[in-house]
Parts: sequence; C-alpha cells; structure tokens
Amino acid sequence: MEPDSRQAANRRTARKLLLVTCVMFGFGYALVPLYNVFCEVTGLNGKTGRLNEAQAAALTVDEDRLITVEFVTNVNAGMPWEFRPMVSKVQVHPGAETVVEFEATNFAQWPVTGNAVPSVSPNTAARYFSKTECFCFTQQHLDAGETRQMPVRFVVDPKLPEDISTLTLGYTFFESLQPDETAEAADPPRS
Amino acid sequence: MSEAASHHDDHHDHHPSGLMRWLTTTNHKDIGTLYLLLALVMFFIGGAMALVIRAELFQPGLQFVQPQFFNSMTTVHALVMIFGAVMPAWTGFANWMIPMMIGAPDMALPRLNNWSFWILPFAFTLLLSTVFMPGGAPAGGWTMYPPLVLQTGAAFPFLIFAVHFMGASSIAGAINVIVTVFNMRAPGMTLMKLPLFVWTWIITAFLLIASIPVLAGAVTMLLTDKFFGTSFFSAAGGGDPVMFQHIFWFFGHPEVYILILPAFGIISAIVPTFARKPLFGYSSMVYASAAIAFLSFIVWAHHMFTVGMPLAGELFFMYTTVLIAVPTGVKVFNWVATMWHSSMTFETPMLFALGFIVLFTIGGFSGLMLGVTPVDFQYHDTYFVVAHFHYVLVTGAVFSLIAATYFWLPKWTGHMYDEKLGKLHFWLSVISVNVLFFPQHFLGLAGMPRRIPDYSVQFADWNMISSIGAFVFGFSQLLFVVVIWKCVKGGEKATAQVWEGAHGLEWTLPSPPPYHSFETPPEPSTIEGGMR
Repeated sequence: MEPDSRQAANRRTARKLLLVTCVMFGFGYALVPLYNVFCEVTGLNGKTGRLNEAQAAALTVDEDRLITVEFVTNVNAGMPWEFRPMVSKVQVHPGAETVVEFEATNFAQWPVTGNAVPSVSPNTAARYFSKTECFCFTQQHLDAGETRQMPVRFVVDPKLPEDISTLTLGYTFFESLQPDETAEAADPPRS
Repeated sequence: MSEAASHHDDHHDHHPSGLMRWLTTTNHKDIGTLYLLLALVMFFIGGAMALVIRAELFQPGLQFVQPQFFNSMTTVHALVMIFGAVMPAWTGFANWMIPMMIGAPDMALPRLNNWSFWILPFAFTLLLSTVFMPGGAPAGGWTMYPPLVLQTGAAFPFLIFAVHFMGASSIAGAINVIVTVFNMRAPGMTLMKLPLFVWTWIITAFLLIASIPVLAGAVTMLLTDKFFGTSFFSAAGGGDPVMFQHIFWFFGHPEVYILILPAFGIISAIVPTFARKPLFGYSSMVYASAAIAFLSFIVWAHHMFTVGMPLAGELFFMYTTVLIAVPTGVKVFNWVATMWHSSMTFETPMLFALGFIVLFTIGGFSGLMLGVTPVDFQYHDTYFVVAHFHYVLVTGAVFSLIAATYFWLPKWTGHMYDEKLGKLHFWLSVISVNVLFFPQHFLGLAGMPRRIPDYSVQFADWNMISSIGAFVFGFSQLLFVVVIWKCVKGGEKATAQVWEGAHGLEWTLPSPPPYHSFETPPEPSTIEGGMR
C-alpha cells in the first residue's frame, strides 16, 4: 500500500474506533435509565406497583386472605428528624384499600425538607403493592420543631403470589438535596 | 491529524537527543521502553504500599499506621498496580512487539502513541500527590463505591481526573493497536497467522474501548454527584448507590480480562519456544480468547452477589461465570498438550511461564469457588477474595510480564541476561509468593474480612507468615532490576533467533533490532502460520 493511502486508511479506522469509544461513554449514561426501567418492569429493588386510584378501587377484595403489612422507618444519618409509623403492622385483605399514618418531627432549630424513599420486601412482592397516596410522592417540608402526620393509602393486588403472607414497607427519610421553593428562605447551618 | 499527514515518516535521521528525544519520540520501541519503565517504577511504588499493608498486618493491633492511612494504602496500591503497573506494561509490550511481529515499520498512529504514553506521568502525579494532601489519599477502596467515596476530601477530584487520564491513555493505546494490526500487517500475514500475543492484544483492545468509557462515565457521575448537585447515586435525590456497582462492574469485569488476556498470548509464545513444538490448538486458542472476551460482558454482577439480587439474577450470573472456565480450560489444556512429549528446557522465561500455568490455574479454581453464589455469601469481602485475585494478578499477570521480559530482553538489548540470577529470581519469587498469598485463603475461609488494619488474634499466625512471604517477595523483585540493568549494560551477545525454538518475525530481525522494524515488508515466505 502507498504510504498516503495507508495513512488515510489508518485515520479512517481510528475515527471509527473513536466513535465506538464515544458510543460506549454514552452507553454508560444510558445504563442509568435502563437500570430504572429494568427495576420497574421486574419489580426489583423494591420498586412498587403502579396502580392508580381508579384501578385500585376496581380491584375485587379477596375476603379469604389476610396479608400482614409491616412498617419500618429510618432516618438517614445526620438528618435531625424523628420518623415513625403510628402502627407497626396491619392486617389487610388483598384488594382492599387501607390508610395508615406516619409521623415525622423536625427537632432542629431550622426548617428541613426531606424525601422519603420507599422499598418493599420481599422484592418479588413489590410489584403487587401499590400506593395510591403517599407522602413520598412529594417532598415534605417541616418547620423547626414541627410535627406532622402523613397518610399512606395502599392496596395489595389480589394476584399476590400465594406463598407470600407478610410484606414489609420500609421508608427512609433523606434530607433533600434540592429543597423546594418553600425551603429556600432558610438555609440550614452546615458544620 | 492533518498536520501529521503533511510531513509523514520523514524524521528518521534527526531525532533530538537527551530528554527531548524521549519527550518527542514517536518510535514504537522508544515508547514501548517508556511504558515498561513507567510500569516498573509503578510496580515498586505499589509494592511499597503493599509492604506497608503487610507490615501493619504482621501482628494484630495497630503498630505502624493509622487506619485511615491503611485504607489509603489498600486503595492506592490497587489503583497503582492495575492502572500503573499491569496495564502500561501490556501497552509497552504491545508497542515493542506488535510491529515486529506483524512485519510493520512502526505503530500506525505514532503521535497518538506519544500522547497516550505522556498522559500517564501526569495521571500518576495527580493520583500519588493525594497521599500528601490534607485528608489523605482516597481510602474507600479502588472500586470507588458511593456513598463512601464521596466522603473523600480534597483528594476526590484528583482521583477522578487521574482515572480519566489513565482511561484516555489506555483507550488511545488500544485504538493504536487495533489500527496497527488491521492496516499495517505485512503482505501474507493473514489474521489466522498472527502470533497469539497479537490476537489476545487485539481482543484486549476491543475490551478496552468498550469498557473504559463506561468507567469514565461512572466516575464522571460521581464527580457531578459530589460537586454539581446531580443524584445518580444518592438516594436522597432519587438515585441508587447500588447502580454504581452495576455500572462499575460492567467495566470492572472486562477489566480483569484486559489484565490477563495478553498474558495468555505471552504464555502461548513462550511454551512452544522452550517445548520446541508448535502450539497445540492455535485456532481454538483464538476462539477461546474471543469467547472469554464475550462472556466478560455478561458476568459483572458476580462481584455483587450479596447486594440482594433476585434468584433468577444470581443463577444467571453464576452460570455465565462458571461457563468462563470452559474456554480458560481449553487454554490450559492446550499449553499442557504443547508440552506433552516435547523436548523442554527450563530457562527463566519458561520457568515463569510454568509458574504461571500452575498458579494461575489455582487462582482460576478459587475464582470458580467465588462464582458459586451460595458459597460466595460466605467468601464475599474476605481474604479469600484477596487471595484469589492476587493469584490471578500476581502469579498470573505479573509472572507473565516477568516471563515476557526475560523472553524478549535479549532481543531488545542484544545481550543475554544473567541466567543464574534469573533462575534465582524465579525460585525466590515462586516460593515467597505462595508463602505470601496461599495462607490468605485460610484466613478468608476462617472469616477474616479484607480492607481492615486490625484483626482478631485467631488470624495472627497466618498473617505473620503471609507478611514474611510479602517481604521476601517484594525484595526479591530487586533482583529483577539487577538482571535488567546488567543485561542493558552488556553481556554475552545474543543471536537474532536468541532461543533455539523461537519462531516468528521478531526473531528474524537482528538483536537488537533496527530503530525502524520492517522498512520494507518481510518476504511472505518467512511468515509462518500461527505459532510456527
């Protein structure tokens, strides 16, 4: 091969490989939405089902089955909140909507905005558990010393596999990284 | 690029001397030498860190260093050894040997080649400078899992940019290798006549350009999470720290084959030479390497069996992981079959190659144990894992690098190395490395966790033995430097063929070879198929 045509060929190959590199860099980022879609489709990672209120109301209640739903609450390290369920567990019939209350107290001297992240165990059951109303859908803003009761309305799909009789709904409150507008005025002191 | 085209290949006669020669060189042999020297320096820096670790673990309790510094040592030791020693060493061998093996005058993209080397000293200056920073070097483990790694102090951006630089360097090196092999082969050098070192490097290069950009993406996400308010891995903002592990290991598992595949090529060159027989099963070696490379992309979650995957996921990753044993077994079988009924001699390169085959296989078996999900729950994050990956990386990758150095050193320098010292180096290394790492299997099975500076007293005996092995192994490597130094300085003249059983284009060039390898392509008749 002539040197010039060889150089041209080299540059062509190099450009193609550079393109592959860029595509793979993009693929790394594409894994983020892919991961979420995968979790939602399979119900992995405690991602819950997506029934809305109308769909939940249309479910037939299975009076023959009783499912125990337990509640676990956590506050992420360093967040000045107390957070607990009003009842530690309830027994529900699949298909029947149930409301439970949670209570959060901000014992800091300044307002704090938090995000609650839910998770359902066992994860094979997560997609049969739907929340039609939840304080985790929005950010929660508590003023200094404020206590608030927050409801969760949920329904367990009657299609829940037979071998599952107990579900655990866990919430962890995280201090919000992007406080909503209402929190703007008060910047919490950081150490 | 356009500038490179305007005055191509006309700098034969006027290369600057002294430091500028090395800064501006575009010669594949010079750049190969630079890579290998950097790798050797990094090997000793990383080794010194390993000795800090082993000194602290000599006895239970805290003796020499603070826990934070200890954690920095484990983290930086790993980064230096992986990205600073093994990967640049492979690129160095690729630079030196691939043009000579395929009958090309030089690498295809010489300027890119210069840049891809000279990024590295900057990358490691960034990384190693963190050891002296307030807050210390990164200490969250080389895997950089959030949220822990986000607690790194001033060192954090240095870590991220160092990883970016190392990645850019290895991608550039990989592109250069692929372009060289695809476009620069001598007439008659068909793909299935390529020496296996070239084949395994090509596959490695594809792994590099497919996986390193994913790592670059992952560490960029860490950077923006820390400084720019994104929440890829922060649950508070809707992200997920476990997702980092998925993305990281999507890079991380191909990475382990990036470190070991060229070693398979090296062993496939050395064993036939000293067995004086053609390599058994050349084409099965090629296909086995490609199969390993493919499988490496679908097994990543076996590094994270304990994160809470569903049963189907654990089974999938377990089966695919164990499947890798098949092509790897093909390779070991072929090496043994090559030696079967052969006329073997045991010069130093062959000794290291044999050490590789035995000890790498032990590392492969412990890998199989770790790949079995139910038992991995016991072994996870224990010293058993440490023992496993040091068998495949030290007695695997590093032994093959040492073997390759002894194998080609006479070709590079034109002198034979000191065989007596070489053999002493081998025997000291092979004994001490087993004293060093074999007891770590027992420690792991007994439940000693990795990455801790202190431990319960029941682990004391094996830790002490392991530390003794570490110091003997570490200081034995100084012999390697002595052998190389003596060989560069002088010694018995080497012939072109060097080894009686050596076959391949690099052995048709004089020792040392001319500055530009094949100015005119070799005669097609001199090209032999496969390894013979």
